[in-house]
Amino acid sequence: MNPYVPVGIFLGVAAVAATAFVLVPGLLARRKPNPAKSEAYECGVEPTSVVGGHFPVRFYLIAMLFVIFDVEAASFYPWAVQMHALRAYGLLEMAAFVVVLAIGYAYVWRKGGFQWR
Amino acid sequence: MPLWLFVVIKSALVLFVVVTTFAYAMLAERKVLAWMQLRPGPNRVGPWGLLQPAADAAKMLFKEDLTPATADSLIYRLAPWISMITAMGVFAVIPFSESSSGLWSIGDVNAGILFVFSLTSLGVYGISLAGWSSGSKFPLLGSLRSTAQMISYELAMTLSVVGVLILAGTTSLAGIVHAQNKLWFVIPQFLGFIIYVITAVAETNRAPFDLVEAETELVGGFHTEYSGLRFGLFFIAEYLNMITVSCIATLLFFGGWNPLFGLSVIPGIVWFVLKVGFVIFIYIWLRATLPRLRYDRLMAFGWQVLLPLATLNLMATAAIVAWKG
Repeated sequence: MNPYVPVGIFLGVAAVAATAFVLVPGLLARRKPNPAKSEAYECGVEPTSVVGGHFPVRFYLIAMLFVIFDVEAASFYPWAVQMHALRAYGLLEMAAFVVVLAIGYAYVWRKGGFQWR
Repeated sequence: MPLWLFVVIKSALVLFVVVTTFAYAMLAERKVLAWMQLRPGPNRVGPWGLLQPAADAAKMLFKEDLTPATADSLIYRLAPWISMITAMGVFAVIPFSESSSGLWSIGDVNAGILFVFSLTSLGVYGISLAGWSSGSKFPLLGSLRSTAQMISYELAMTLSVVGVLILAGTTSLAGIVHAQNKLWFVIPQFLGFIIYVITAVAETNRAPFDLVEAETELVGGFHTEYSGLRFGLFFIAEYLNMITVSCIATLLFFGGWNPLFGLSVIPGIVWFVLKVGFVIFIYIWLRATLPRLRYDRLMAFGWQVLLPLATLNLMATAAIVAWKG
């Protein structure tokens, strides 16, 4: 049997278990609704403003840097498992790749992309 | 018995064992923390507090389940489900002991380590959606912090294990363990191991990287609005992730089920459990010892220290392999 078949079955069983965990408390727990209970938490005072999804632009920058560097990280994997066969050729190829990566990295560092200010 | 039924029963058994391990890992954490702080810890429910996890579960099950009026109700309900299923799904590819017939693992896929990393990255969705859908300030801030922290440290984590892959020449988890029959990778890959442990602590949002739930600043972080078993699911997922990264550390660096001192009379599964327990103990020890980091330092450490170090480590490993073969 292809090893991915049991993995798929396991994920199915896990999905059933997780669904049960989500649904069961709704059946067992008591409900006593009350307007104060359904307010969003804000230190016990009435919420002063509606949360509109505004947040610092720094988080966008981190997300963009992540996408760039993570795609590069993924390309290390197929190279790594073949390293015993590639030897010096593989090392030189990857060294060239890492140099390109390092130039981009140095640029981001210089521009203050990693400073949390 | 048809084969698929056997797999279903085995899957249910593995999930049961994993969730029980969670319950007792939590009790062990509370006990060990208590002893390190010279207090007795939970000791009322059952002998030495051994029934405490059952009491906690029963309490959570009967708690009222609240949804804020401002919340996006569907995604609010979906988020703990995502966290839970990604945390549990990883155990599908973990080999617990040596087996040629595949008895000790659900499925030993050839891209094992990639499967693990892809599922744990999906776990970020549970946290970020939970904070966003709560419609409340503290959860939104907490989930933004945690998402940024997790994706930053994930980068160094994926790079820190490349050295192991170079030495083992495979991404299959069982294959990596077989490559360590003579020498555990913790010795040739010591730097990779240290980077892996640091990033793993950050990935699972645990002390000293638990800024997500910095109580003094953010109340409870992304799960502020959750109550009852929905909160419990995030809690379970966090612990399952801790058990997962401990299993991966054992498989990648501590030789998996390979015995210590040539004591092969003791079965492999016992060695595996002992090693995983040891890594979990280190986690608890860190929590008792280290104070929490500041957020800007946390991000700078991930991007400016761990990422270049991990790249350096993998290039050095590649150079040694290219030279020696």
